[in-house]
Amino acid sequence: MDFREETGARMADLALAFEQVSRRYAGVAAVDAVSLTVGRGSFVALVGSSGSGKSTLLRLANRLDAPDEGRVLVDGQDIAQADAIRLRRGIGYVFQNIGLFPHMSVAENIGIIPRLEGRASADVGAALAQVGLAADLATRLPAQLSGGQQQRVGIARALAGGGRLLLMDEPFGALDPVTRDTLGRTVRELHETLGLTTILVTHDMAEALLLADRILVMADGRIVADATPHEMLNGQAGPEADALVAIPRAQARRLADLGDE
Amino acid sequence: MNEALAQLPPLIANHVLLAAAAMALALLIGLPLGLLAARRPRLAAVAVGFAGLVQTIPGLALLALFYPLLLALSALLGGGVPALGFLPALLALTLYALLPILRNVVAGLQGIDPAVLQAADAVGMTPAQRLRLVEAPLAAPVAMAGIRTAAVWTIGAATLATTVGYPSLGNPIFAGLQIERWDLVLAGCVAAAGLALVTDALLGLIERGIGRRDPRRSFTGLALLFLGLALACLPLLQGAQRSVTIGAKNFSEQYVLARLIGLRLERAGYRVTYREGLGSAVAFRALASGDIDVYVEYSGTLWTGAMGRSDTPPRAAMLDGIAHWMAAGPKTALIGPLGFENAYALAVRPGSGLTSIADLAAQAPRLTLGADLEFLDRPEWRAIRDAYGLRFNATRAYSPTFMYRALQSGQADVISAFSSDGRIAADRLTLLSDRKEAMPHYDAILLAAPARAHDARFLAALRPLVNRIHVEDMREANYSVDRDQAKATPEQAAAWLDARTRR
Repeated sequence: MDFREETGARMADLALAFEQVSRRYAGVAAVDAVSLTVGRGSFVALVGSSGSGKSTLLRLANRLDAPDEGRVLVDGQDIAQADAIRLRRGIGYVFQNIGLFPHMSVAENIGIIPRLEGRASADVGAALAQVGLAADLATRLPAQLSGGQQQRVGIARALAGGGRLLLMDEPFGALDPVTRDTLGRTVRELHETLGLTTILVTHDMAEALLLADRILVMADGRIVADATPHEMLNGQAGPEADALVAIPRAQARRLADLGDE
Repeated sequence: MNEALAQLPPLIANHVLLAAAAMALALLIGLPLGLLAARRPRLAAVAVGFAGLVQTIPGLALLALFYPLLLALSALLGGGVPALGFLPALLALTLYALLPILRNVVAGLQGIDPAVLQAADAVGMTPAQRLRLVEAPLAAPVAMAGIRTAAVWTIGAATLATTVGYPSLGNPIFAGLQIERWDLVLAGCVAAAGLALVTDALLGLIERGIGRRDPRRSFTGLALLFLGLALACLPLLQGAQRSVTIGAKNFSEQYVLARLIGLRLERAGYRVTYREGLGSAVAFRALASGDIDVYVEYSGTLWTGAMGRSDTPPRAAMLDGIAHWMAAGPKTALIGPLGFENAYALAVRPGSGLTSIADLAAQAPRLTLGADLEFLDRPEWRAIRDAYGLRFNATRAYSPTFMYRALQSGQADVISAFSSDGRIAADRLTLLSDRKEAMPHYDAILLAAPARAHDARFLAALRPLVNRIHVEDMREANYSVDRDQAKATPEQAAAWLDARTRR
């Protein structure tokens, strides 16, 4: 196997790759020359404060936004050469404001990507069961669901396209802590059972530590730390990561102290 | 009242046809423009601003503005663009309906939750799919509310189409207002309001169908709407055969004479329709363009108006001049004078002590002149004003009927009366003599459209009216329509006059 063949094979194993990607708004770099590869099947959390560029980086992966410089590759293919509409139908995208179509029933929301492609509608019952919802919700309108139920439908809709890459932008941001926790577990289970490649943008380090295999820390448009949760907790990921890890750790300690009094 | 109701069906048909055409055109322009504007804020500001500006122009004025505009356009294109009737009414109403449609389409689209639009992009909708599946259904309830508003406005404003010579439910309203036949006014108003209410209810049904995601309700509303449209337009099919259109200006004598002409033509086997309430300048244009076939004009009006003359020749010379001018220019025909004059004359209350315009000139600075709506803009007014040096304390314009009321009640001291008006005798008014002969003659003359100018059968039916109507008879006929008690209809007055002319 010569070098070029080997590179090609490795590229194909990557679900997602960024090569020197920059995106600027009015001269300010939201994403600044980021290079990054994400292996198939990995669960990556993208952590950082607001304005660090993590949402922009995510939106570059399904062409909701376009880079000013560099290339983005999905399954080894430069997405700038691909058809944006096709690309998006093959990539699950879940975001904080959910964006369910308010005039469509739960079943119609979940079946939207197959419908756009002119395919037979997905098995809505199975799709609902997958995200832990009862089948009788299928005929409801989004407004008749709780926030947590709505986001579960959002996830089911994202997966109904059959894509194996799932992009999540603060998906639990607007939910209460209990719902957040159970929904996080659901996503992790889906990741395992469906063999997904998941990228989760969050500003909550605890959530990232508990769900992901790999954590990227972004600051000012750059990736400043890239480590496993274990390495993060052991202080091996640099000062920015340590500062973020310190917060949930201090909270846990204070909670433990309160319990002891 | 029965008679008032009997004339409604063809008017409703024309009214509905005009309003529906204007709405269809406004939707054809407003929907795509709204879509475009919702994505381009600057275009939205310009388009909604323009539509709003149009909205501030009174409906009557907007319709009137299209008349010279279309005349100019017709001249530019070498003729063929009708300046009266359907076209100006359609254009004015379309512009009127545009604002609510445009504004609500833009508001509906801009009101969609940005997250929903982001989701539409994220699931991979093409722009066309996004429009069809997300934007259109979500903006529809707001857009529909605008369409409802536009429809109700359009149906109401379509009554004004009468003034540019298109038959609408404004016909009985304007005619009734002139001759104080409140049953006619009421019939027109109730019919127009009824149409608006029914349309609003059906559009409301469609709107609720869209809002509640109940397509059956929407389709029912739509089907009923089109059914109603078809039913209302049914009388037009019968009216399609060629008939004679008789024009009338907007005062009692014209209504009576139009019916008298109609009576004679029907007797000669013609089908007859009426275009009533035409403005003075509009009437002759309508005749020259063939929109109407026949009407009664006054020699002085034509002389100073369309012919643009400022001299005041004797009666016979004037009629000769008119006949020659017509043959050379507009190709219309002078069938002949009816035998009486309806001249402008200044009239005062009995016992004022005034007998001539020269007497009046001395007292004028203390007096108020009541004029009909066009008198103050007419060359005749300038002629006597300049000949006698008339300077009034104030001048006020009224519709003819209210002008006489104003004189009686003292709101006006002098009015621009008409010599054939029945109210002159009834109110014992004094007509001031014009010793300087500053005012031209106003012989009532029967005119025919170019297409009728050599139609022997047509002319034979109307020639017996020439020189057969005496001014006393005309005054009496006018008064029977104008008086407050025991009013006659224009048809009844025409029948009476018909009998008098055949003695």
